[in-house]
Amino acid sequence: MSQLVFIAFQDNDNARYMVDAIATDNPDAEIQHQPAMIRVQAEKRLVINRETMEEVLGREWDVQEMLVDVISIGGNVDEDDDHFILQWN
Amino acid sequence: MSVNALYDYHHESRDKVENFHGMQLLYVYWPHHLMYCSPFAFLVAPDMTFGVLLEEVLKPAVAAHPDASKANFLEAGWQLNGEPFTPDVSATLRDSGIDHKSMLTVTTQGLDGIAGSAS
Amino acid sequence: MPVNNKKLNLKDKYQYLTRDMAWEPSYQKKEDIFPNESFEGIKITDWSQWEDPFRLTMDAYWKYQAEKEKKLYAIFDAFAQNNGHQNISDARYVNALKLFLSGVSPLEHAAYQGYARVGRDFSGAGARVACQMQAIDELRHSQTQQHAMSHYNKHFNGLHDAAHMHDRVWFLSVPKSFFDDARTAGPFEFLTAISFSFEYVLTNLLFVPFMSGAAYNGDMATVTFGFSAQSDEARHMTLGLEVIKFILEQHEDNVPIVQRWIDKWFWRGFRLLSLVGMMMDYMLPNKVMSWAEAWEVYYEQNGGALFKDLERYGIRPPKYQDIANDAKHHVSHQAWSTFYQYGHATNFHTWMPEKDELDWLSQKYPDTFDKYYRARFEHWTKEHTEGRRFYNNTLPQLCQVCQIPTIFTEKDDPTMLSHRQIEHEGERFHFCSDGCCDIFKDEPEKYVQAWLPVHQIYQGNCDGGDVETVVSKYYHINIGQDNFEYIGSPDHQRWLSIKGKQPDAKAGGANQDAA
Repeated sequence: MSQLVFIAFQDNDNARYMVDAIATDNPDAEIQHQPAMIRVQAEKRLVINRETMEEVLGREWDVQEMLVDVISIGGNVDEDDDHFILQWN
Repeated sequence: MSVNALYDYHHESRDKVENFHGMQLLYVYWPHHLMYCSPFAFLVAPDMTFGVLLEEVLKPAVAAHPDASKANFLEAGWQLNGEPFTPDVSATLRDSGIDHKSMLTVTTQGLDGIAGSAS
Repeated sequence: MPVNNKKLNLKDKYQYLTRDMAWEPSYQKKEDIFPNESFEGIKITDWSQWEDPFRLTMDAYWKYQAEKEKKLYAIFDAFAQNNGHQNISDARYVNALKLFLSGVSPLEHAAYQGYARVGRDFSGAGARVACQMQAIDELRHSQTQQHAMSHYNKHFNGLHDAAHMHDRVWFLSVPKSFFDDARTAGPFEFLTAISFSFEYVLTNLLFVPFMSGAAYNGDMATVTFGFSAQSDEARHMTLGLEVIKFILEQHEDNVPIVQRWIDKWFWRGFRLLSLVGMMMDYMLPNKVMSWAEAWEVYYEQNGGALFKDLERYGIRPPKYQDIANDAKHHVSHQAWSTFYQYGHATNFHTWMPEKDELDWLSQKYPDTFDKYYRARFEHWTKEHTEGRRFYNNTLPQLCQVCQIPTIFTEKDDPTMLSHRQIEHEGERFHFCSDGCCDIFKDEPEKYVQAWLPVHQIYQGNCDGGDVETVVSKYYHINIGQDNFEYIGSPDHQRWLSIKGKQPDAKAGGANQDAA
């Protein structure tokens, strides 16, 4: 059985950069556009890297900033200063 | 099993028959007529006869259904709390063994709801 | 001492600002300070193993919450200033908000009380901080929802007394009793019920596809509070999963207790969500996805991945999951049928789907809608057209546990109700399913106390014996304004007038009678 992790964002300006960064770091992730939201799912593991985000945004970015735009997640969370990871074991 | 609590935990039923002021609850289910979303809940007197229950309680409740005029409830198949039951129109509910929170199920063979959809 | 200007990293900051704020008691016994921590049988050997993956500290919490609030209220202002209610897809949609405000928002407040209480019950500092934040979140949700909907209250009926109705109205006893059940349980059961089973496994179904649907129906205010609330929910969900893993890792004796709670609260949540299923399939004029599709993505797929992850602890998917999965083809239709026929006793309007909506339902539910429901709905439409709008004038039998009328059908025979009945201490009790019956049998002393609205009316505890008096006097539903059929209602007339479809000066008095 496939075991998908997912994260959903409000479809807003911040989230669009976030989705760009996710697509860069997770080439196999599937990005779904739904009314007012963007949902990203991937098999087993999805990572958001601070470094990639900062490159995409062109400014400093705190991983916890994502708390403002995220709608929902599925998977075990592992967060530190440099990344946010969702995964199933 | 019972409730896991910090003390001996007991509570009286909120719906014991004494709380209904001499009346009792009766549920009636007419299968294959799901236009009525669930069994009916009636408040009835235990000394009401089965005949009065049929004529004055059940029939008005189901009157809006297209099958209602075709249904012969006396000749139908009855169950009381899941057991076969033979109605006696002159007997009271109490004498018929219909106690508080009993459920009657009445099956009218051949009547299967709106367009046969069990509605 | 050298000055260190370097920012603390997340892990250290979390350690200093949460765990290190706690202390070991010296002159009182720990079990006297936390008397509710052990009676449920859950064994905790080491609270320091508690993980908070977000590592959120109060300073960061206030910062991000303030930012969310600023964004949210800017949108509420814009919505009100631009008469946003005029831009929704159709006024039928507002009825979903009436149900939301009286059914869901008070649960947010109940959750706030619940987390404030259980936070006090744990001796572990990490758990206490997480519960504290969640308590504040839930209070925020309750308040922002009321603020968002206050604009609709100026223009539509049925939104005027939600808190009062939540405590009294027959169908609102369903959500109310759900949360009361959780709040009267011990602290670990509460977290398993609300943080895990409800937040992690089931609330996505309410807040994600339904809120996306709100956006699709032009309701900017609701989608914004929905997603703003949900941004807290991501943290709550993570807490829910961590709670379960923490309890399971602490002691093997915890596994069967947690499994029983998961079974119970999955079933209770699934029953509660029947209301959301109906909101999705029937109350959103512009459809995003069907309830069955939402269930597949958010329960079968995501829940499936979750329970596979929990296998290593000896946890299996919830009991009766197969029945719940099958019921996705039925529950929304069964719930809508119920509200349609008791629409004289609701604070919102009901209606029959239009032709294209029926076709959408047939297409989304190819195995069930035409076979079991379409004929019923077409019959009701015909009756209404001929001046006999159908209302059921007899009160329904209620399930002793979920308090929903016993409307659900058997998995293997959708033409028959899945009624269950047992005797307990000489009294008969009735249930909608094996799931609810099992819950009763586990804790009968709890559920014999159920305040079942139908029985309360019959006992004479609701200000009157007839439905009209109960509805108006006891429920505070304005008869002829808030209840009955949508077509021809004051809301409908007002909407037509907003849209310039019909000259209408008297959006006050639709003349309707219950059959």
